[in-house]
Amino acid sequence: MSVLLLADHDRGELAPATARLVAAAGGLGPVDLLVVADDPAPIAAAAATLAGVRKVLAVQGPTTAEALANTLERCAKGYQSVSASASSTGKDVIPRLAAKLDIMPVTDIVAIAGPNRFVRPIYAGNALETLTDPQPLHLLTFRASAFRPVAGGNAAPIESLDFSIASAAKLLAAHRTQTDTPDLATAQIVIGGGVSVGSAEGFQLIEKLGKTLGAAVGATRAAVDAGYAPNDWQIGQTGKIIAPDLYIAIGISGALQHLAGIQGARKIFAINTDPEAPLVKLADLALIGDLFEIVPQLIAELDRLSLASRTG
Amino acid sequence: MKILVAVKRVVDHNVRIRVRLDGSGVETTGVRMSMNPFCKHAVEAAVQLAESGQAREIVVVSIGPRPANDVILTALAMGAHRGILLETDAPLETLAIAKLLAKLVEEEHPDLVLLGKQAVDDDSNHVGQMLAALTDRPQATFASQIERVGAALEVTREVDYGRETLSLPLPAVVTADLRLNTPRNATLPMVMKARSKPLVVRSAADFGVDLAPRLQIENISPPPERVAGRSVASLAEFAAAIAAEVNEMEAL
Ligand SMILES: Cc1cc2nc3c(=O)[nH]c(=O)nc-3n(C[C@H](O)[C@H](O)[C@H](O)COP(=O)(O)OP(=O)(O)OC[C@H]3O[C@@H](n4cnc5c(N)ncnc54)[C@H](O)[C@@H]3O)c2cc1C
Repeated sequence: MSVLLLADHDRGELAPATARLVAAAGGLGPVDLLVVADDPAPIAAAAATLAGVRKVLAVQGPTTAEALANTLERCAKGYQSVSASASSTGKDVIPRLAAKLDIMPVTDIVAIAGPNRFVRPIYAGNALETLTDPQPLHLLTFRASAFRPVAGGNAAPIESLDFSIASAAKLLAAHRTQTDTPDLATAQIVIGGGVSVGSAEGFQLIEKLGKTLGAAVGATRAAVDAGYAPNDWQIGQTGKIIAPDLYIAIGISGALQHLAGIQGARKIFAINTDPEAPLVKLADLALIGDLFEIVPQLIAELDRLSLASRTG
Repeated sequence: MKILVAVKRVVDHNVRIRVRLDGSGVETTGVRMSMNPFCKHAVEAAVQLAESGQAREIVVVSIGPRPANDVILTALAMGAHRGILLETDAPLETLAIAKLLAKLVEEEHPDLVLLGKQAVDDDSNHVGQMLAALTDRPQATFASQIERVGAALEVTREVDYGRETLSLPLPAVVTADLRLNTPRNATLPMVMKARSKPLVVRSAADFGVDLAPRLQIENISPPPERVAGRSVASLAEFAAAIAAEVNEMEAL
């Protein structure tokens, strides 16, 4: 089964999660990556290095859902699957394309159980659905965090396609969060802050701990709703899904909808005043106490430890 | 402007669900049901547009078994004008739902269709996008702000890199995210008033749409359980454990 996979990108760079998606799609058959962007060349060049990519298709054009669905439709001929990341782009595009092609899509796939058998979470990850897709064309989205990335070192051929794609919807403005922390979806360590962090300044403390560990920073919906953290930091059922080696949850109760986003974490550590908080109960390791006392001391202690290990 | 809002009845989001032991699904009998939270935000957005004089009529539709009338009544109590239930006892796939809604769009000619971005039971996040395709309308999913500007809408969407603003010519399809607004609670007088608003029940089977499922669900299982951990007494111990994890990562 050959797969056409839509590549995500931002600010002219290929999304770091793409290596994981190539791994996921590669479980079905040979993978061709499609890059649609104002300036697709540098993104396509990066995509061509991913191991297992057969070729890269580069199209210059707009990236609204309509435009991407139309572009994918034009390129879909000959493929048995058209796939994307379960990112905000993939979620926007794949169902639209599916309805155009009269196909029922399978989305948020976390495991491939056979050539057309897939596993996807439902009910905020509190149940897993295993299903067979007998349709002739499979329209899929994969959760990047559930798959191990492929290596680099490839030099797949790049084909530029030229056609004009219309879109009634127009992008007026992009509002980006200014941050130099690593990508949440692929980070090895993530620090999460809850509403009890109390303010945007409080989140600077969380970010400082993040810097100490080279970690990405996330937040609960309650913290985002309160305006303490930007919306793209939200982890959970309606936010980002993370799968780091270590998640440190600070002042987070552990609501079902938050847990939905962290089930893939290998280790979970928690800091909370409440020993009965669901997240504390679930954590591999918990420290009970006030985050405002603990976090500054923790930063100092970690600085000391890494200094010690460097000199020692 | 005329608005069609689609709402879904789901297991209440506060319920801790139980997966049936035989793998046949999630237990829904005797479980509290309510309107999908995202749909509530869609209804609230429509009502706010009507209150500011930008929408003239709000039609609310639900597809499901007879008790789904309850969530239509909730929407009517919040301020929608009339309701339609497309009755079916079969669990329908999102594609069939979108096709039924497309038929209703053909009949009702709404300028705007508002939906929740996803339902908290199947977590699909499909229907708005599918309906937009089937009716050949532009879409704005995951909306956190909707503004009418002449014959167009300006919609701010929550996306992975932050937010973005789209301009959509009407007619269009918009799906609601949680930060779009704060849904009102229907007071008792509002609920009483809702009972006198028109609500028609039609059979989903009467629309000439193929409702048969495409996918074969084999099994629903609980997720793997995490083993319970422990609490440490000192910050030094906690810090050392973090350092040990980091060292292990670097060693790999
Ligand atoms: C449809 C729907 C979707 C949702 N999606 C998401 C989602 O994607 N992501 C998400 O996160 N939530 C989501 N939610 C919200 C979720 O239900 C919770 O409300 C939210 O996760 C709670 O955030 P919190 O842990 O920061 O706050 P709270 O639940 O208020 O918890 C605060 C915690 O901080 C602790 N605490 C207080 N003071 C201190 C201190 N000084 N030091 C240390 N600890 C302290 C308390 O003991 C408590 O455990 C969703 C809800 C709905 C209805």
